[in-house]
Amino acid sequence: MSAFLLEAQGLVQQYDTMKGLFGRTSSVRAVDGIDLRVRHGEILGIVGESGSGKSTLGRMLLGLERPHEGKVLWEGQPLPAPRTAAWRQLRAQMQLIFQDPLAALDRRMTIADQIGEPLAIHGLATSAEASIRVAELMARVGLRPDQAGRYPHELSGGQRQRVVIARALASNPRFIVCDEPVSALDVSIQAQVVNLLRDLQEQSDLTMVFISHDLKVVRNICDRVAVMYLGRIVEEGPSDEIFADPRHPYTQALVSSIPKAATGLSNRVILQGEPPNPAARPSGCAFHPRCRIADRACSIEVPVLEKHDGRLAACLKQRATGAQAA
Amino acid sequence: MSFVSIQGLTVAFDGTQVLHGIDLDIDRGEALGLVGESGCGKSVTWLAALGLLPGKAQVGGSVKIDGQELIGAPRQQAEQVRGKRIAMIFQDPSSSLNPVHRVGRQITESLTLHRGLKGQAAKAEAIRLMDLVGIPSAATRINLYPHEFSGGQCQRVMIAMALAGEPDLLIADEPTTALDATIQAQILDLLATIRAETGMAMVLISHDLGAVSAVCDRAAVMYAGRVVEMNDTATLFSAPRHPYTRGLFDAIPQIDGDRTRLIPIQGTVPDPKALPVGCAFSPRCRSASARCAIQSPELTTGRAGGLLACFHPVVRTVAPVATKELVLA
Repeated sequence: MSAFLLEAQGLVQQYDTMKGLFGRTSSVRAVDGIDLRVRHGEILGIVGESGSGKSTLGRMLLGLERPHEGKVLWEGQPLPAPRTAAWRQLRAQMQLIFQDPLAALDRRMTIADQIGEPLAIHGLATSAEASIRVAELMARVGLRPDQAGRYPHELSGGQRQRVVIARALASNPRFIVCDEPVSALDVSIQAQVVNLLRDLQEQSDLTMVFISHDLKVVRNICDRVAVMYLGRIVEEGPSDEIFADPRHPYTQALVSSIPKAATGLSNRVILQGEPPNPAARPSGCAFHPRCRIADRACSIEVPVLEKHDGRLAACLKQRATGAQAA
Repeated sequence: MSFVSIQGLTVAFDGTQVLHGIDLDIDRGEALGLVGESGCGKSVTWLAALGLLPGKAQVGGSVKIDGQELIGAPRQQAEQVRGKRIAMIFQDPSSSLNPVHRVGRQITESLTLHRGLKGQAAKAEAIRLMDLVGIPSAATRINLYPHEFSGGQCQRVMIAMALAGEPDLLIADEPTTALDATIQAQILDLLATIRAETGMAMVLISHDLGAVSAVCDRAAVMYAGRVVEMNDTATLFSAPRHPYTRGLFDAIPQIDGDRTRLIPIQGTVPDPKALPVGCAFSPRCRSASARCAIQSPELTTGRAGGLLACFHPVVRTVAPVATKELVLA
């Protein structure tokens, strides 16, 4: 058995877009060469701004999208091609939780039916067993038994997300990708769902990839974090290290952009400019037009993710300081 | 006399009361934060004050700007205030801008309406405003359509439109919620800078407590259509008194310190159609007593200043969180 549950090697995803109705097609690289390893039983956070390729990466890890280049290994074996029998079998072990629970649920099915649906699809239980299993799952995510016959619109946002989580757990998965699972929830409810995910992970030794733009939530729940910028990982490491001492200038700006009660607006790194368009990727380091410490070399050479002082970062400046220290 | 004074503002939709008497005073140049979860009435308060709610809403109470009553005022009078003296920006900039008009035209429309500027003068002022809100090469980009701007830049255009009437008060309703982290920081910074330069007052409606604490002088916490606590931000954030305020702080993960389990507030926000008797927060409150389930606490001045509506306020103060200085390479 491989030491890693899931391993991504050189993942690239590109989408073709057309300029105008009859224009030339140009391709946009949403994910541009990602190597990532997910260990058994860890929660790996993926943070980045919109358009950084977080969700595309998540979908490729699950095998819902076929990568343009590179491959994903599940326990050392390549993922089977989509829509084959082997791929369907693997579905039961890998699940996805989305941001908007109302969109992820069927409005015309009771929640008990929806939670039980994966059991029927994967042939995991007879109908008698299924109702017991559904009751168990509902209890596990903190839904009351009397809510079984309700429809999604009769539940609150937090309860709907619990339904989505219960449904994802129905097939006893080993790996779950959570794509912004708490972003649509209110603060007090968000904490309930974050705690629930933490508990579930501990109880059943789940492996999770937690995609979010909310750094505070990511820091709380994740063991390890990968920071993405324009389709590449710019920094990766244990979440305590990343948030206490970010190395990449982009991570530094992200971490300092979180308004804190004590410090007000002072001492913050305010990035200039907008996240760049993946269709017009800057040369060299994609972050250099917004970077405070970039120089000419940064606009030419593409930095690779490598270790400097025991920390993984993709920054030419890190290499320079690392060399001086050595 | 305060610049804007809201007294006993109530709003009901189809007989369901969603605001239960809001009292708020805003002084000239002040920044007030309004905090609370969705459905607590923080946006409805200002939509009602500006007469922007649909016709079926029943609005009661009084909203005065410089002593002039707005509730029930004739439409013409309300329009003198709306956009001119009090401007409002919303969460989703792309749905607040008209997609088929150039942004320059949308800004000049506001300039013509409120300041009577036309032609070249209006165009020059629109370019100045776009410069002010930090849109690069404003002179050429004035002719672009909203879809040609990013989300953060659309919000800047919205702010430019809001500033066109030279308002005395800007209501910013979740202005950064739909934006990316680094862009949120830019927009908060922009709002703070503009307020410092123009001296206008600002109300920041947000569920992001960090943003409110960073930008506002004073903050009010709302729950189920009532203000439950109000104080200057420093005191409110260092020593919250209402169990709900305290609960909100505990529910938010910290960016430094230990990665401990979060302490959520149990239960959910009550349905306005079936509000609990007594204090609306009592079913979720840890320190609720029998009295809380019968009687609703009034918002009164506390011993240590500030306003509080609770029979059993939190005594323990929060241990000051060690704020590590971010060392930048």
